Amino acid sequence: MNKTWNNKAWFMVLPVFLLVAISAIIPLMTVVNYSVQDTFGNNEFFWNGTDWFVDTLTSERFHAALVRNLSFSLIILAIEIPLGIGISLTIPKKGWGVSVCLVLMALPLLIPWNVVGTIWQVFGRVDIGLLGHTLAALGLDYNYVQDPIDAWATVVAMDVWHWTSLVALLCYAGLSAIPDAYYQAAKIDGASRWAVFRYIQLPKMKRVLTIAVLLRFMDSFMIYTEPFVVTGGGPGNSTTFLSIDLVKMAIGQFDLGPAAAMSIIYFLIILLLSWIFYTVMTNSEGAN
Amino acid sequence: MSAVANTARAERPVTIGTVRSSNSGRLSWLVPTIYIVLLMLPIYWLVNMSFKTNTEITGVFSLWPEAPTLRNYEVIFSDPSWYMGYVNSIIYVVLNTVISITAALPAAYAFSRYRFLGDKHMFFWLLTNRMAPPAVFALPFFQLYSSLGLIDTHIAVAIAHCLFNVPLAVWILEGFISGVPREIDETAYIDGYSFPKFFVKIFMPLIASGIGVAAFFCFMFSWVELLIARTLTTTDAKPITAIMTRTVSAAGMDWGVLAAAGALTIIPGALVIYFVRNYIAKGFALGRV
Repeated sequence: MNKTWNNKAWFMVLPVFLLVAISAIIPLMTVVNYSVQDTFGNNEFFWNGTDWFVDTLTSERFHAALVRNLSFSLIILAIEIPLGIGISLTIPKKGWGVSVCLVLMALPLLIPWNVVGTIWQVFGRVDIGLLGHTLAALGLDYNYVQDPIDAWATVVAMDVWHWTSLVALLCYAGLSAIPDAYYQAAKIDGASRWAVFRYIQLPKMKRVLTIAVLLRFMDSFMIYTEPFVVTGGGPGNSTTFLSIDLVKMAIGQFDLGPAAAMSIIYFLIILLLSWIFYTVMTNSEGAN
Repeated sequence: MSAVANTARAERPVTIGTVRSSNSGRLSWLVPTIYIVLLMLPIYWLVNMSFKTNTEITGVFSLWPEAPTLRNYEVIFSDPSWYMGYVNSIIYVVLNTVISITAALPAAYAFSRYRFLGDKHMFFWLLTNRMAPPAVFALPFFQLYSSLGLIDTHIAVAIAHCLFNVPLAVWILEGFISGVPREIDETAYIDGYSFPKFFVKIFMPLIASGIGVAAFFCFMFSWVELLIARTLTTTDAKPITAIMTRTVSAAGMDWGVLAAAGALTIIPGALVIYFVRNYIAKGFALGRV
């Protein structure tokens, strides 16, 4: 679309700019401020240079949390994206079933995150939860409070339960935008189910899939509330993701300097990744 | 389409009529049904617990309440420190939705219709805020709003949530606005409409579904967020989700009340989904299909 050059449009953007600037730039400056200073209490701060950044980048605690968080994001993407695509293909196209499907599938998305945590905390407990009780009855040694692998399985299952619907709904939106003529043409050509998926449905879903991958990657990289409620980061540190570690450091131990340095590095990692995604997205939009 | 034709011919000769039939019939109901049942199981378990007494929850393992009780809900609805939590949550969520949409509408129009100095950078910068981890901002937010004297007010949480909701609203609305042909704007000018009059009287009804979807997303992300809302409130504006965490750590662990409180938080979300159910598919694609 041809857009006209008009710098007066800035006045329309100004309210948004001010609103977001208050919430983004001022707090960010506070973080930058802390990240280069040290304190011995009494609100006395002195210049500390880049020590906190060096400390954070070389600290094993940060590396471990980063690796845990990256693995978590990759695992849930590997499960949720194919599963979401698969489910979106089976959602009915018309009739009363559509609304029922969409409303029920969207339900987990609207549950407050710590209630999601509470639901799974209760659901997985061996003594009072349906899942834990059933697994125990089947003779499995399942206990997410003590066993790191069980804790990971529970957190991954919770995330899949919580967010697969988002991927499915996005893909469904992409699918419903495909004109019927495409399917009719495929039918006349005698295309197999797989060919229809590979050459018609998947290319048409590319754009929504990019949004899905982007949203899921970012949100899983920032995950805090749900695993915190279920496992509290444990057992040990096995489910301590970046955000959990950061809050522990900033509010629990009040190590403002290291926490601020970690915040900035954490934010820069997300920024870099979002820039890559943004570039990919705009390129694919240009190709269409 | 020739690619489809060629591969398809190579794989399977003429089988007209089988393409869609593998997706219809009785089996096609199976996958969504199983998926939905699996989704509903944990929710059912929570609702199930909310109708049980604590002795039944911890004592016997039962798939449905054997002695259904409303005690847990009575506890919540008779204690202001409980039910005011819902009121507080609703107040700041609605405030946030109104602020976000009002600010985002003109901005989205500008991004969709005009080019201006730094527009692309501005758009990208807005989106990066959607990607800022709340954990990074929790402590600075507390200090910022303390110095403004806004701690424990609804407006503080509403403005803080704008950090991620305004960019999202701009993004969604921009998608919907770009779907409206420019000719409509130009015709309105020729007809002598002033810009504000055109925007409110003609343009906003055209993108009503987009506004609905954007409002839905603002509501959703403000409603589910806990970390910032909890950090910025102490008593008067404390959201229900934060009140719940207090109960988890309380001695004796009142599972029944916890389950009832959790079950009640699902209701507003369910209502909102029901209202936007017809736009949900397009809305989840953020207007970009």
